Amino acid sequence: MRITVNVNGEQHTRDVEPRLLLVHFLRDELGLTGTHWGCDTSNCGVCAVWLDGTPVKSCTVLAVMADGHEVRTVEGLAHGTELDPVQQGFIACHGLQCGFCTPGMMMTARWLLDHNADPSEEDIREAISGQMCRCTGYENIVRSIRWAAEHGGGARTADTATEAAPGREEVRA
Amino acid sequence: MQVPAAFQYETATSVEHAIELLTRYGPEARVVAGGHSLLPMMKLRLAQPEALIDINGLGELALIRVDGHDLAVGAMVRHAELLASPVVGEHFPILRDAERVIADPLVRNRGTVGGSLCQADPSEDLSAAFSALRAALVVQGPGGRRTIGIREFFLGPYETALTEAELLVEIRVPIRSHASAYRKVERRVGDWAVVAAGAVLEITDGVVTEAGIGLTAVGAPRFVSEQAEDFLRGGRPDDESFAQAGRTAAQECRPTADQRGPVDYKRHLAGELTTRALRVAAARARGQEA
Repeated sequence: MRITVNVNGEQHTRDVEPRLLLVHFLRDELGLTGTHWGCDTSNCGVCAVWLDGTPVKSCTVLAVMADGHEVRTVEGLAHGTELDPVQQGFIACHGLQCGFCTPGMMMTARWLLDHNADPSEEDIREAISGQMCRCTGYENIVRSIRWAAEHGGGARTADTATEAAPGREEVRA
Repeated sequence: MQVPAAFQYETATSVEHAIELLTRYGPEARVVAGGHSLLPMMKLRLAQPEALIDINGLGELALIRVDGHDLAVGAMVRHAELLASPVVGEHFPILRDAERVIADPLVRNRGTVGGSLCQADPSEDLSAAFSALRAALVVQGPGGRRTIGIREFFLGPYETALTEAELLVEIRVPIRSHASAYRKVERRVGDWAVVAAGAVLEITDGVVTEAGIGLTAVGAPRFVSEQAEDFLRGGRPDDESFAQAGRTAAQECRPTADQRGPVDYKRHLAGELTTRALRVAAARARGQEA
C-alpha cells in the first residue's frame, strides 16, 4: 500500500505492507533511528513520537494509519543547529544515562512544556509515567525537564512547535 | 520483533462505509480504532483478522456532547479527551476517576472509549464504570440504528451483542443528580486492574433511590454486582450500609487466581474497593470531596 507521511516537515512516500508498524517505518524505511524500539508491547514507551501533535507509542500504530498525517520524531526536535531546551536540559542535568529511553522521554517532555510552561514535579512524573528508563534515571530526567522549563523551554511559540491537535469541541445541543 | 499476520487494510470514510466494508469482508474483519487492544493481540497472534477496517477518520464519532438530558460520547473519543472533558468531570466523576488510571498518558492519547467497550476485556475499566452508570450504547448496522443497554451488551469475555456488521457509534448516559467514584488497585502504572470498583448513588431525602456497582477483573457477571445494588436501594447512605454492600459484592463476584493474586485477595479487594468507592461517592454527594 502506498502511503505518504509528513515526518518532521518532510513528505515521505513509500510502498508498505499494512502490517508494518510506525516505529519500523521510521527506522527501517526512513532511516530515522533516533526513535528507539523496546518492549514491543506498549509498555516501555521508548518508541514515543508525535502523531498529529500528540505523543503516541509508535510500536502500537500501523504505518498505514499515519498515511496523510504528521509525525514528529526526535530528529525534528532541534531548531537547525540549535538544540531544543529539552535536549539542553538532558545534557545539563545528566538525564541521558544510557540514552535508550531518551528520545521518547524528550518528545513527551517537549509536548508537556508546550502545554504547561511551568510543570510541577508531579506533572512531569505523570507525563512520563508510561515510559520506562532501564537505568532508573528518573530523578535526573525529571530535573532535566524542569531545567528546560526554567531555561525558556516552556515558552515555545507556534512557529517552531508542531501545532497540537485541536481539542474536540463540546457541543451543547 | 513482534509482527501481526498479514491482513487487508481499509479506511472507512463514513459510518455507512464502515458497515459496508464490514459486510463485504464478513466475520474475519475487525474494526480498528485506537488499536491499543487489538494490535498487541495481533502481534501475539491471539487475533488474526483477515481485514482491518480503520475508523480513525470518522470525525463524527469523535465528539463529546450534551444532547438533551444525556451525555453523548462518540465511540472514537480518545481516553485523554474523556479525561480532559469538563462536562464529564462535572457530572460523571466515576469516568474521570477511571480514566486517570487507564493505562498511561501516551496510551490514553490514542486508545478510544468505543474500542475499550467493544474489546470487552474482562479487566477493562470503562466497561465497569459505564455499567455502573447504566449507559446506553447506540450501534449502527446495515438495518439502521438500535440502542443496547450496556448490561445486555457484554455477553462474556471478549464477546459483545454486536452483530458482525454493526458498529458502536455512541455511548449515552443520562445526566442526573447522582454521585459517583471509581477505585482501582493495579500493580504499577499502566497495568490492568488487579481489581477495581465503581459506585454510582442517587440519594433523595437521605435514602438511596438507585445504586450502580461496577466491578472489573473479578468475573462479575456483566461487570456489575446486582446483589449489592439491590441491597443499597431503599437504604441509608451510611458506612455500615456501604460495608455490607462491599461484603455482598465480594461474595457475588467470581475472581480467578493469576499472576495478579489469589482468589481470596481479589475477593477482599472487591469488597474493600466497593466500600471505598461508595464512601467517596457519598462524600461527593454531600459536597465534601471532588
